[in-house]
Amino acid sequence: MKRLNAQRSTLNVRRSTFNELKERMEHLQQLARQQWLIPFFPLLAAAIQSLLKREQRKVSAGLAIGALSLSCFVALRAFWGTMGGGHGGEHHEVERAIWNFTWLKYGDNGSLDMGFILDPLTAGMAAMVAFVGLMIFINATGYMAEDENFTRFFCFMSLFAAAMLGLVVANNLLLFFICWELVGLCSYLLIGFWHFKPSASAAMKKAFITTRIGDIGFFLGVLTLYWQTGTLNLYDHGRGALEQADKLAQIGGWWIFSMAGLIAVLLFFGAMGKSAQFPLHVWLPDAMEGPTPVSALIHAATMVAAGVFMVGRMFPLFTAGAVGGSTPALDFMMWIGCFTAVFSATIAVGQFDIKRVLAYSTCSQLGYMVMALGAGGLVAGQFHLLTHAFFKALLFLGAGSVIIGTHHEQDMRKMGGLRKYMPITFACYMVGMLALSGVPPFAGFFSKDEVLLVTYHRSKLAWGLATFAAFLTAFYMTRQICMVFFGKWRGGEREQEHEKEHEEKHEHEEDGHGHGDHEPHEIPWNMWMPIAVLSVFAVVLGFFATPFIGGNLFHRYVAPEEHMPEGGTGTVMVLSIAVGALGILFGYLIYGRKPMEHADEPDPLAKPLGGLFTCLNRKWYIDELYEATIIRLTMACGVLFRLIDELVIDGILHTIVWLTKVISQFFHWVGDEFFINGGFDTACESVRDSGGLLSRLQNGRVQNYFRVLSIGAAVLLVLYFLKLNP
Amino acid sequence: MSIPLGHYLILSGILFAIGLCGALTRKNAIIVLIAIEVMFNAGILNLIAFWHYKQFAVLTAQMFAIFAISIAAAESAVGLALVIAIYRHYRSVDVEEMKSLKG
Repeated sequence: MKRLNAQRSTLNVRRSTFNELKERMEHLQQLARQQWLIPFFPLLAAAIQSLLKREQRKVSAGLAIGALSLSCFVALRAFWGTMGGGHGGEHHEVERAIWNFTWLKYGDNGSLDMGFILDPLTAGMAAMVAFVGLMIFINATGYMAEDENFTRFFCFMSLFAAAMLGLVVANNLLLFFICWELVGLCSYLLIGFWHFKPSASAAMKKAFITTRIGDIGFFLGVLTLYWQTGTLNLYDHGRGALEQADKLAQIGGWWIFSMAGLIAVLLFFGAMGKSAQFPLHVWLPDAMEGPTPVSALIHAATMVAAGVFMVGRMFPLFTAGAVGGSTPALDFMMWIGCFTAVFSATIAVGQFDIKRVLAYSTCSQLGYMVMALGAGGLVAGQFHLLTHAFFKALLFLGAGSVIIGTHHEQDMRKMGGLRKYMPITFACYMVGMLALSGVPPFAGFFSKDEVLLVTYHRSKLAWGLATFAAFLTAFYMTRQICMVFFGKWRGGEREQEHEKEHEEKHEHEEDGHGHGDHEPHEIPWNMWMPIAVLSVFAVVLGFFATPFIGGNLFHRYVAPEEHMPEGGTGTVMVLSIAVGALGILFGYLIYGRKPMEHADEPDPLAKPLGGLFTCLNRKWYIDELYEATIIRLTMACGVLFRLIDELVIDGILHTIVWLTKVISQFFHWVGDEFFINGGFDTACESVRDSGGLLSRLQNGRVQNYFRVLSIGAAVLLVLYFLKLNP
Repeated sequence: MSIPLGHYLILSGILFAIGLCGALTRKNAIIVLIAIEVMFNAGILNLIAFWHYKQFAVLTAQMFAIFAISIAAAESAVGLALVIAIYRHYRSVDVEEMKSLKG
């Protein structure tokens, strides 16, 4: 009896948990049906903004921020809804709610679907994009305050936010691809926002074309996937493309890749373009020509992370058919990421433009994420993506503040000593720098540590290189901080030359925040407030992936089925802290101890490194290499094809034309001139002649008519009688 | 004693021929008009002759003749008026000179 009761009670417990789970799934389903609202609000805002007049600046900014706040609310609500999963113990399934619908029917039973998804990956990313985007929008109201195309700027920004959020919530590769191209378009429009600058319009083209090269691969991947699975839905209750990944892994693809691996690599080409991986990284630094909030939003936090997010979304394809946790596609990805991480970090050391340092740093950090994904660490990659979005957006906004504060100066050599002038910016920038350098307990430390850990278990060489990149990261960030915020203000030198000119100019200007004096100034509240909020996150976000609270919450949240390798934690962590500290120490010794005195002084590293430093400064001559090889080759192809066009094609065409002309000339002479014209002319002439002949009858003499009439009557009469009397 | 139909018809034919000759040959517009009147009357005489020998009981032909005579009178009045108008314009009534209807 007692036993029976006990059994019944356990049964009741099970039933209650079952009911709870069912309720929860229904709730998630409901949330998934509302996912479309997240991109919808900014899209609507963009549509309205596109109709606004140039003077309606406040309306435009209000619409953008309002719409994104709504999106942010919906995204956070969805995020909240997905949290607290994991009833099934250690290795429970990821909770995933989807909502698919038919978008377009064609033929008898063909159709194109659209769909939205809600799972931890999407929810976390959407919340991050909406939130960071909102902060950047608020900051942009300050940064762009004096731009005359303010309205247009926010229209593009809203469109971008819509496309990016659409990409995140898409459960369908078609929708994903549309949004993917839309973010590329917005990136293009916003990089070239100041299109009157030749460098900006060149950069926008470069960004668009370079990412397009990757997108060809992506599109081929999408097509191959559709060809193989017959669906573009990612998840569709067992019929989705990703749910067939294991089946695809059985089919032979090409070379060492299975079909799944081939598709994965093709898709990864798209990510290489978007996420600026070597060798398609060249567009990202040039993209810094755009306004700084654009760099922060698109080229640091969201769009460049879209490639990494896409790989995370398609991860089943990458891991399908893994032998020992690794597939050729994953290995390829890991080495690309690893190389990019180190390569870009070295370039960042040699740059003088404050934004370009950050751009190369972004490349390098994206390399980290790709490397982590390639090592099989979905959690590590995505977590680094999230934390990096916060602190890199923070750094970019900080750089934007510095640029505004120093009256549009971007050269770090002409800054210095800003610590005194811009204390708030300095504090926030320090947080971002420490996070990026991987100093505990900032967010970057934890995420970078995870990345290094998964790489350590896959390949010691990649791990070593990545650790070296971590050292470089700490070093160039310290270099930047020292050059910008410490030492003495060097910007005056340039300004003194133009002092008179400037004063004359400013005399007549209404000046809001002291452009009149040449000293740097602190930024207004609407600019530093978002930066401060982001820096709070840059500090606390890391703790969600630590063993300190609840044993790596993020891991359990995103991918509970992923096996976390044991061991090595201590080695990796100690080394990572050590290289971070070493980097900061070296940076301080070289740049901080004896700060630059004048703007035209050479870099302290230039002398000992010699030619190497020039090499770094010129970005390893990659642009020049492309110029000399690919672009030259393309041009040569162009010339060759023109020659072919002119000689062969035009030759054939000209022959055909000549022949046609000859034939037509023949017909002209024989047919037209002789038969048609001749015949026609003769007919005309005879008509005219007969007319003339007949017109002589009508001579106007009534008596004549009368005579004819009489003769006619007489003839008729005679005929009548003849007939009467035959 | 009665005059046979043939005589009437021969008279009518002679009158018509005289009228036709006059209308075709004379140059004076007034003479041409007179000749046309003669032909008219030849026609009317013909009509009356046929009536007299074939349809004596009904008066239709007589009515026709009276109509024709009155209309001929109106027609000749109009014709004369036209001749006068032409004379005022050309200072001549020579039909050979009136060629403005030439095509």
